[in-house]
Amino acid sequence: MHLPQPGELTATLAEAIRPALTPDCALVGIHTGGVWVMDALAEVLGVDSPRGVLDISFYRDDFSRIGLHPQVKPSRIPFDVEGRKILLVDDVLYTGRTVRAAMNLLFDYGRPAAIRLAVLVDRGGRELPICPDFMGLRLDLGPDRHISLQRDEAGVLSFLVREKV
Amino acid sequence: MNGDLQLNADGSLRHLLTLDGLPARILTQILDTAESFISVAQREVKKVPLLRGKAIFNLFFEPSTRTRTTFEIAAKRLSADVVNLNIASSAQSKGETLLDTVANLSAMQADMFVVRHAASGAPHLIARHVAPHIHVVNAGDGRCAHPTQGLLDMFTIRQHKGSFHNLRVAVVGDLLHSRVARSQIHALTTLGCPEVRVVAPRTLLPRDVDSLGVHVHYRMETGIKDCDVVIMLRLQNERMQGALLPSPQEYFKYWGLTPDKLRLARPDVIVMHPGPMNRGVEIDSGVADGVHSVILNQVTYGIAVRMAVMSLLAGN
Amino acid sequence: MKILIRSGRVIDPESGLDAVRDIYIAAGRIVAVGTVPADFHPNLEIDAGGLVVCPGLVDLSVRLREPGFEYMATLESEMRAAAAGGVTSLACPPDTDPPLDEPGLVEMLKFRTRNSPGPRVYPVGALTWKLKGERLTEMAELSEAGCVAFSQADAPLIDTRVLLRALEYAVTFDLPVWLRPQDPHLARDGVAHDGVVAARLGLPAIPVPAETVALQTILLLTRETGARVHLARMSSRAGLDMVRRAKHDGLRITCDVAAHHVHLSEMDLVDFDANCHLVPPLRSIRDRDAIRSALREGLVDAVCSDHAPVNDDAKELPFQEAEPGAAGVELLLPLTLKWAREMQVPLLQAIDLVTRRPARILGIQAGILMAGQPADLCIFDPERPWTVSRQTLLSLGKNSPYLGMELQGQVMYTIIDGHVDFKRNH
Repeated sequence: MHLPQPGELTATLAEAIRPALTPDCALVGIHTGGVWVMDALAEVLGVDSPRGVLDISFYRDDFSRIGLHPQVKPSRIPFDVEGRKILLVDDVLYTGRTVRAAMNLLFDYGRPAAIRLAVLVDRGGRELPICPDFMGLRLDLGPDRHISLQRDEAGVLSFLVREKV
Repeated sequence: MNGDLQLNADGSLRHLLTLDGLPARILTQILDTAESFISVAQREVKKVPLLRGKAIFNLFFEPSTRTRTTFEIAAKRLSADVVNLNIASSAQSKGETLLDTVANLSAMQADMFVVRHAASGAPHLIARHVAPHIHVVNAGDGRCAHPTQGLLDMFTIRQHKGSFHNLRVAVVGDLLHSRVARSQIHALTTLGCPEVRVVAPRTLLPRDVDSLGVHVHYRMETGIKDCDVVIMLRLQNERMQGALLPSPQEYFKYWGLTPDKLRLARPDVIVMHPGPMNRGVEIDSGVADGVHSVILNQVTYGIAVRMAVMSLLAGN
Repeated sequence: MKILIRSGRVIDPESGLDAVRDIYIAAGRIVAVGTVPADFHPNLEIDAGGLVVCPGLVDLSVRLREPGFEYMATLESEMRAAAAGGVTSLACPPDTDPPLDEPGLVEMLKFRTRNSPGPRVYPVGALTWKLKGERLTEMAELSEAGCVAFSQADAPLIDTRVLLRALEYAVTFDLPVWLRPQDPHLARDGVAHDGVVAARLGLPAIPVPAETVALQTILLLTRETGARVHLARMSSRAGLDMVRRAKHDGLRITCDVAAHHVHLSEMDLVDFDANCHLVPPLRSIRDRDAIRSALREGLVDAVCSDHAPVNDDAKELPFQEAEPGAAGVELLLPLTLKWAREMQVPLLQAIDLVTRRPARILGIQAGILMAGQPADLCIFDPERPWTVSRQTLLSLGKNSPYLGMELQGQVMYTIIDGHVDFKRNH
């Protein structure tokens, strides 16, 4: 399958976001792919909005089935969430469960004024009533495929598409 | 040692009974996970929904308000339901056996037992007899182990020193009766600390203590010289009986940590104590409240480490 | 009842015989070994081809738990277990409840055991009243009632003057005294050898000097009084060295070890297995190895089971709270055989340690497989593997460190007083 480079998609996504981005808006990336996308967006947009990082391990709804993620990272929200506009960024939107967990997590920091969702790829297959406000690419990927974002040592992003085992 | 009992077939943690024999990867995973829980404690809402619906029983066969409270806070911050049982004052005095008590509580849909007991190995016994889905956390057994305390001490050292690979650590005091010291020593040697010293009069050292991989010092002057970390152990008052020590005064004079003695250690030394402290017996207030002391940080870290242990266990 | 035991490998430590022979038994006695007596028509023939026939085992310490501890085991159950272990004579220590400190109690025990099948039972009387280590018992009366020796079992004797006087009084009647050397102060509250494992697990410890300090006292008082002293359950290398010197110096003492201590060490405690909570404690591997070679050397006179059946409720406790002891009367033979195999000791020498030599310590006519002797025999398969389990142990005490493990060598028949007392059916 031919996919556009994540770099191109970031540019597309940035242009979609730009009109909606106000100075008081904070960016929050979901660990790990969402953080890469957030950093890339900020660079393209040339903004120095406050940025936060969320690790949703403690909020996953499949904990009792699969346990704790082996490498939990601390969430970092270095600004006051209360009353703030937030742009939540992730790499791939699929079932919507990760975004649900991320929103619960954000609310434990305070009550945001608004949350918008930006994703690099929306691959369909939603299981919750969640839809992105901004996206780089809409992709119809069957449930037997897995797509993820990777970053090499030079910081270059690429997609990895695999058959699910 | 006890590897089979503590670990699942896939090498993940099933019970936390002792740090003796636990691989470094598991210790590190617990410490890493605890870092994330530190950030949770700094938020508006200090609670995560991870263990929602899980029932955690604090089984304290020996009274301990401090440890029980930190486990209780940790469990509640994970959204678990917590039941505290001070068994010293209930079932056991009615003649119910330890295993009967555990069987009864298991029937109440327990997911985890946090066990404190005066006899070494009691949590091992419980772990051998619980249903497969139940996890056991040792909250201190006899003189054997106090793994969560050992872990929070490692967390504290890592926060302040970064890594264990170049550290000289001294554990000072009543090693003979200390479960905390045993857990600290196992963790330090596993995590790669090159020099662990124990400092105590011969009466407070177990025979063959050097087999734990430590260097034995009887005197403070050599024992804490050039150390990066000095861990003071609590000296129980009853040690003055049974001819272990002549008097608290003599103990303080020779093994109590004073600002003067601390000058023998490295300038950036940190001083730790598992609490509760006996000021003027094992530690001088000038040290306990001084710039090198990280004793209060230890308490904060204790909750995060216990959250990490409970969430890792419940997920395995 | 006439029995012919055909084609067995007959081992008799007394005559040094180790050869295939037929054995002829009549009226409770061995009437011939090898040659057919005139007019012998057996009621029973046992084919012992491939099996070993030896004197019945003599076990110096088997607790029958009666009176007083019937919730742990019963006289009937433990006698059956002993027979299944090939034991035909056993000494029972006085640590019953009440202890064997009155002639009436001993007579009752003798009466009960005489009227039930199973091994011959030789009570060891209490050395002091209630085993409290304060007042002497009526040793002469107890001896007349059937006590073969006197001991404190595992109860402490704190007052050395009482020990001296007990030995002096025993000398008066030439009565043997069996003592387990352990200083009560040094051993106080201890449950494990004072070594690497106790240091690691944080178990209250019993140092080796608990044995050697007490042993030194016993040896000095034995020399002083000339008492007939048997040292029970030696556990340490240092202790054995002292016994060696004392024997070399001509002191008339004997000593035994428990079968578990021949194989296990403090290392077996690492999982807090309460079945390894023994008295004396399992010591270091060095000590264990010293026991093994002292047995080969002949320094140790006997191996006993120190059988102590314990009910599950008293064992399924944290290590230090669990009742000490292991059920072992059924393991005495296989554990002795295991030692012989591992140390490459001839079977004859190994059998001697559990038959003739303990019989001598007891001062009884047993442990000899020759014409004219009482027909107490053990017939066993030296190769047969079996797994120690709650099902295979006949003892009501299922407290064995060997649970789930495979041992080699199993008793097939036990003949006591010319009767088949035990026969394995599978």
